[in-house]
This record gives sequence, C-alpha cells and structure tokens, in this order.
Amino acid sequence: MQKFSAFSLLREGLSGQRGWQAQWRSPEPKRAYDAVIIGGGGHGLGAAYYLAKEHGLTNIAVLEKGWIGGGNTGRNTTIIRSNYLFQESSTLYDHAMKLWENLSQSLNYNVMFSQRGVLMLAHTVHDVQVFKRHVHANRVNGVDNEWLTPEEAKDFCPPLNIEPGMRYPVLGGALQRRGGTARHDAVAWGYARAADALGVDIIQNCEVTGIRRDASGAVSGVETTRGPISTRKIGVSAAGHTSVVMGMAGVRLPLESYPLQALVSEPIKPVFPCVVMSNTIHAYISQSDKGELVIGAGTDIYTSYTQRGGLHVNAHTLDAICELFPQFRRMRMLRNWGGIVDVTPDRSPIIAKTPVPGLYVNCGWGTGGFKATPGAAHLLAWTMAKDEPHPINAPFTIERFRDGYLIDEAAAAAVAH
Amino acid sequence: MLLITCPYCGPRPELEFAYGGQAHIARPQQPADLNDDAWAEHLYMRDNAKGAHAERWRHTHGCARFFNAVRDTGSDRILATYETGTPRPAAGDLVGGAA
Repeated sequence: MQKFSAFSLLREGLSGQRGWQAQWRSPEPKRAYDAVIIGGGGHGLGAAYYLAKEHGLTNIAVLEKGWIGGGNTGRNTTIIRSNYLFQESSTLYDHAMKLWENLSQSLNYNVMFSQRGVLMLAHTVHDVQVFKRHVHANRVNGVDNEWLTPEEAKDFCPPLNIEPGMRYPVLGGALQRRGGTARHDAVAWGYARAADALGVDIIQNCEVTGIRRDASGAVSGVETTRGPISTRKIGVSAAGHTSVVMGMAGVRLPLESYPLQALVSEPIKPVFPCVVMSNTIHAYISQSDKGELVIGAGTDIYTSYTQRGGLHVNAHTLDAICELFPQFRRMRMLRNWGGIVDVTPDRSPIIAKTPVPGLYVNCGWGTGGFKATPGAAHLLAWTMAKDEPHPINAPFTIERFRDGYLIDEAAAAAVAH
Repeated sequence: MLLITCPYCGPRPELEFAYGGQAHIARPQQPADLNDDAWAEHLYMRDNAKGAHAERWRHTHGCARFFNAVRDTGSDRILATYETGTPRPAAGDLVGGAA
C-alpha cells in the first residue's frame, strides 16, 4: 500500500501527480476463500478489514453486486452520533463513535470525520420531556449529551429560527458535541484500501445468486454471476437487500425495506456550523465540505427496492427546513436520490449468528447505519471469527424477537419510520 | 407519487392513502396454542419480497376503507387492487400478466 503523508503529497505535487498507484486491486475471484462477505459497503469492507487486521483471516473476499460504496454508504446524509436511549444501544453506537475518532489515523485515509455537534430539536412538551430523559440516560451510560434552551441552541447554531410564532416553535434541543459528519465515500475507500493491503480480495460487479449448503445444513459456498465460490463462513451485510440474500439460505428475518430519500442544494460558502435534526417536523440538515446543504427526512410510507421515492416526501422535508431556516427559502436543490433501508420492528439492528451454521448477518440498521459503520464492521468481524458474538452485539440477535427482548429505539431513531 | 386505484373510489393520488404492510396475515385462530416461534413469525417476520408483493392500503382521506394491492416492489408498479376478504389475484390476472 502506498502510504499517504504530507511528504508523499509534496513529492507527487512536484512530480506532476504521476506516481500514484491504484488504491486497491481488481482481482478475479478465486475458487475458494476462508470467508466471504456479501456486500461491499462500508459495513462489509470494514468487516473484511477487521477480520484481516484483528483476527488474521486474510484469505477472504468481499463480493459487491455493483461498485463499492455505491449503495447506502454513498446515499446517506453522513450523520454520526451515539445518543441512543437504552444501554445496549448507546454502548453499541458509542463503540462505533470511539472507532470513528481514530479512523483516519488507523486507515491512513482522511475520512474527514468532523465532530461539529449534532443538535436534535424539541418542538412540543412531549419532545422536551423525551429528550431530557435521553440526555439523562446517555449521561448515566457515559455518552455525552446536553440540554440547550432555545437561546443556547441559537448560539450554537446561529441560522436557527427560534421565533415563538412558528407553527412548531423550537422549545430547546439535545446536543451531542461529539457527534458530527464524515465523508461517506472516503469511509468505503479507506476500508477497501486498507483491507486490500492486508490481502483481502474486493470483487465488484459480482452478484451473489445463491447460497450453497452441505448435507449438515452448514454453508459451503456461494453462487455468483462470476462463478461459484467455496467458503465455510459467509457474512451478509447487504442492507436493503438482506431479506433477498438471506432468503437464498432459507432464513426469514423481521425486516421490511423502505426507500429513504435525501437531497442536496447547490454548493455555497460555509453557512451552517453543525448538524440539526428534527424528528417531529421531519428534517435534518448539515453542510458538506463541498458546500452543499445535505438534507434528509423520513422514509416513504411503503416498502420498495427502487432506490427512489415520491417527490412529495422531499417537498414535505423542505417545508420544515424553510420554517427552521427561512434564509434557505430561495436556495435551489441540485440532486435528490433514494436508498433502500432495512427496518426492524424495534428499530435496532441485528448483528448475529443465524440458524444456519457458518452464516452471519449484519442488518436492520434502518435509517441509521452510516454512523455505526466502524462498530458494525468490527463486531461482525468478531462474530464471524469467533463464531460467537462480542458482548456489545450479544443483545442484537434475531432470537430477541422470539424471546421478547426487544431494544425499542423507535423514539431515538431521528426520523419517523 | 403513486396513483393508486381504490377498489371503491377509483384512481387517487398516494397522498390520500396510508400503508398497512404485508396482506393476508391472519390472526391465529387459537392464540393459546402458539409457541414463541409461531408468535414471532406472526408478529415480526415478513416476506419483504422483491417483486410482486400483496399488501394492505387504507384510503384514509377518501372512503377510509382498507383494501389490498399487489405491487411490484422492484418497480413500484401496482399490478392489482382488490377488496379485503377476497383472495390474492392469480399471476395471470395482474396488470401485464405474470409478474
């Protein structure tokens, strides 16, 4: 791997930028691997990286149907926070947060992680009570979160409209200062580059069409559009298509896949210092380093695999944005798109072994998977390597739906879905 | 925005409707006889099909009645709508034939 440093940048700058090598190989798939990851997003690439880095499993492949980072990794609004209500969740998301804090250094790749603060607005008495409860629960669990009055919220985020005459006036907000954003493409590329350097084969344009099982029921390989591959361990990290892939092994999951849309404005000079989210009036917003306002909201109402949704959902989001930030009313929006998110009944993920020996799954992240990327990847790798969950992901099983141990984060998920 | 044909009112914009999830999930006749696996299947497991998917809709801002639709979740094309209580149409009876 060609290491990035101030010196290498200077050297290439002086030599016409002609010395850069490809950041990862494009190998032909081998006939057999020790482990295969299905899904080349941040979660899957990261799992391959941690399998190679921390568990010594380097004869592994990541199979990606399209191109790496082209699914939800490249379609989210890049928000990172860990202020979930229950101890299981805040431990899980804060595990990811701690990995984020050193990720650029670990990967030798600038993922542009910026802890600019995530402010979640309260608009009703109920919101205020719920968020204060979240603040207290987070602090008990060692996760930073603080309550701001409307005036303090405006000090922190000067563009915010706190006029009492609004339809849904701002009554305060919960601020996680360690929250923020990262460049999502760089996360996929950084993990891909680091995994490749450890010997992981990243195979793009390779769709899995079947999962093979032996006489005992354990997995023995996958069928792909680029030929069969033998393996005894398969990790599925396929986001919205998890039900489809797991169906190939006969495993049913408590998932429904919905379109989640996002949009960006034309790029402008820096005007927006943080991330602001409002669950009640369905909007969240931040500004990318490129200058675009990045805006998202809740899912469409029906299940779908189309990676698009109704324009009225975006219009509804922009209604809320224009009310909270009237100065953006005349801005033009450049692009909108959708991604397919797999939602569980309790809005908490599943990172677990499955009833099929050798088959592992990381799914159910719903609208909030990006923030967990390093944590989910790290825990999926652990679970695959040791054939047992890490204590952090032990509660996030499929069986919790049978046994009644739901981790109900419907209120902590930042958007209604 | 989808154009959805309510079996009672005719074609209307999606804004008038609420979504009700997978259709034809019957409540257990003898709830006391179900074990935990069967309850989990009934309450939480869903087909989440990519392709033809039978689902419930409610014409909330119209006649307010529930009905069922078959929709291709790979394209969002609605292949049939039909009244609650009637069986899912055969593949040959859907818009465009087999789906």
